[in-house]
Amino acid sequence: MSALIQVKNLSKSYWREKFEIPVLNNISLNIDAGEFLGLMGPSGSGKTTLLNMIAGIDKPSDGEVVVDGNVISGMSESQLAAWRANNVGFVFQFYNLIPVLNAFGNVELPLLLTKLSKAERQQQVETALRIVGLSDRIDHYPKQLSGGQQQRVAIARAIVTDPVILVADEPTGDLDKASAEEILALMERLNKEFEKTIVMVTHDPRAAESASIVHHLDKGDLVKEVVQ
Amino acid sequence: MKLLNLIFRNILRHKLRTFLTILGIAIAVLAFGVLRTVVTAWHSGVDAAAADRLITRHAVSFIFPLDYAYKDQIARIPGVETVSWANWFGGVYIDKQKFFARMGVDAETYFDVYDEFQLTPEELKNFKQQRNSCVVGQDLADTYGFKIGEPIVLEGDIYPGQWEFIVRGIYQKKNKSTDGTLMVFHWDYLNENMAQNSPNRASDVGWYIVKIDDPSKAGDISERIDQQFSNSSASTKTETEVAFNQGFLAGFSAMFTAMDVMSFLIVGIIMLVLGNTMIMAARERTREYAVFKALGFTGSHLTKIIMGESLLTSLIGGLLGLGLMVLAVGAFEATLPKGWFPVFQLEPSTIILSILAVIIIGVAAAIFPIQRALSTRITEGFRFVG
Ligand SMILES: Nc1ncnc2c1ncn2[C@@H]1O[C@H](COP(=O)(O)OP(=O)(O)OP(=O)(O)O)[C@@H](O)[C@H]1O
Ligand SMILES: [Mg+2]
Repeated sequence: MSALIQVKNLSKSYWREKFEIPVLNNISLNIDAGEFLGLMGPSGSGKTTLLNMIAGIDKPSDGEVVVDGNVISGMSESQLAAWRANNVGFVFQFYNLIPVLNAFGNVELPLLLTKLSKAERQQQVETALRIVGLSDRIDHYPKQLSGGQQQRVAIARAIVTDPVILVADEPTGDLDKASAEEILALMERLNKEFEKTIVMVTHDPRAAESASIVHHLDKGDLVKEVVQ
Repeated sequence: MKLLNLIFRNILRHKLRTFLTILGIAIAVLAFGVLRTVVTAWHSGVDAAAADRLITRHAVSFIFPLDYAYKDQIARIPGVETVSWANWFGGVYIDKQKFFARMGVDAETYFDVYDEFQLTPEELKNFKQQRNSCVVGQDLADTYGFKIGEPIVLEGDIYPGQWEFIVRGIYQKKNKSTDGTLMVFHWDYLNENMAQNSPNRASDVGWYIVKIDDPSKAGDISERIDQQFSNSSASTKTETEVAFNQGFLAGFSAMFTAMDVMSFLIVGIIMLVLGNTMIMAARERTREYAVFKALGFTGSHLTKIIMGESLLTSLIGGLLGLGLMVLAVGAFEATLPKGWFPVFQLEPSTIILSILAVIIIGVAAAIFPIQRALSTRITEGFRFVG
C-alpha cells in the first residue's frame, strides 16, 4: 500500500528581482496514514515552505505532491480550496483565531462551508471543543483566553471537519512550558485515539519527542531521518 | 446567509470608526438630498410654465407698462387664441413679512389661459360678477386661513391706498408643480381706480399673456407680435413663458448649477470616506483573510464578506441620512417664505437618487479591498506584518 502523502522530487524557489532563491532542493518524502511526523531544522531551512506545500496552500516550482492519490500540486485554486476544506486542519504558531468571533464562532467557521444544518454544526462544534477540553469556554472571545487556550480552540477548529491530515507550524512556539505540554499531549491523543496523520514543524526538541518520525531540513535539503 | 453574523461582527469591530463613517455618510446624504431638493424645486418652477403661452412685455423691462390698446392688435395675429393680461400689484398684507404674489388680471380670460388653476364653475361665475372680488391659491388659503366670502385688505404701494377684496374662489392646483400661492383680482377694478386718481396711469397693462394654438409656432408668433409694435412708443419683447420664467430666475441659474455639481461632488467625497475605512480594514485583516482562504473559503466568500460590510455600512448611513433629510426638508419648507418656490418637497426622484448613490458608494468602496484580498496569496498573507 502506498503512503498517504507522497512528496516527489519537490523543489521550490522564490524570485527576488532577477535572482532565483532556492528554498527546497529535490525533496522526496513519504508519510503513511496515521503517522506523526516532525519537521526540524534551523530558521530559514524551508520547514514552513514544505509544510505549506503538503497542506496545499503553496505550489512547488518542480516535482509534485500526491495525497491519497490526488496530485494536489496540479490542482486549480478553487479545487485546492475545496480539497483543503475537506482534508486538512491547520494549527498555527500564533493561533490565528478571528478576534470578533467567540470560541464557538471560530470553531464553526470551517463548517460554514458544508451543508450541515445549524443544529448539526452546533453538535460538531461542541464535540470538538469537548475533545480539546474547552466546553466551558464556548462563548469566550480570543482575547478572554490564555495562549494555550487559544491554541486549543485553534486545534478544535482544525479537527471539527474531521480532516485526514493535521498540519501544525510550531504550535508550541509561542507558549510557556506547561501550556506547550498540554498542546503536545493533545496532539498525541489526536494521533493515537483519533488516528489523525500529523505533520508538525517545530524548533523545540521536547516537542519533537511527540512525533514518531522526525525529519531534519537544512538549507532546503533533507539531511536526517530519526525514527523514535 | 451564514456569513451575515461575520459581516455584522466586522462592522462592530471598531465601533468608533464605524460610527464616524456612518455619520459621515449620513451627513453627506443629507446635504445631497437638500441640494437636490432645492435644485428640483427650481426646475419645477420652470417646468410648470406652459409651452403654449407667450408673455409679451415691454422691451426694456417688465416694470414698464404697455398700452391696453395692444390687446386687439395682438388678438388679430394668426395663431393667437386668447389674449389675457395682468399687472403686478405689490402691496403689503398686514406686514412686509407676509409676502405673496398679488396681481390684477383680466377676469374674463385669466382662468381660461391658466387652466392649471382650477375653480368650480360656481366660483368662477361669482368671481367674474363682483368687481372687487379676488381668487387665492389653495396653498395661500391654507397658510393665512383665507375663506370664501371674507375680505382681504391690502395696503397699496405701487397703487397707493387701502384696497379691500372679497375672496370668491380658492383655486386648486392641477399638478403638484402648479403654483398655489397667487392672489388675483380684477384688473378693471384697479384700472377704474387709476382712471379716477391718476389718469396718466389709466389703461396701463403690465404684461400680456398670449395663448397660441400650436407651441411649435411660438417663435414665429413672438416675432410677429414684436414686429407689430416695433415702431410704437413702447416696443415689446415676447417669449414663451418657459423662457420668461428662466429669464426671471436667470440670476440664480449659475447658483443652481453650482448646487447641482456640488451635490454630485458630495457623493464622490463619501465614496472616499467609506473607501478609506474599507481599505484600512482590509489591510488590518490581511492575515485573517489568509486564514479564511486556508480553511477553504473562496474568492466569492471573501467578496460577499467584504461587499456585505461595505454595503451595509453605506446603507445604514444612507437611511440615517434620508431620515435627517425628511426632517430638514420639512424644516426648510416651514421657514422658507411661501412663493419662493411653487413646490419645495422631497421628490421621490431625490430619494431614489440618494439610495442609488449609497449603493454605488457601497459597491465602489469595496472594490479595492476585495481586489487586494483576492490577489494576496495565502503564504504572503501569513507573512504580512501590518
Ligand atoms: N514568499 C516568499 N518570498 C521570498 N522568499 C521567501 C518567501 N517565503 C519564504 N521565503 C524564504 O524561504 C526561506 C525558507 O523560509 P521558511 O519560512 O520555509 O523557513 P522556516 O524553516 O520555516 O524558518 P523559521 O524557522 O524561521 O520559520 C527563507 O530564506 C525565506 O526568506
Ligand atoms: Mg517557519
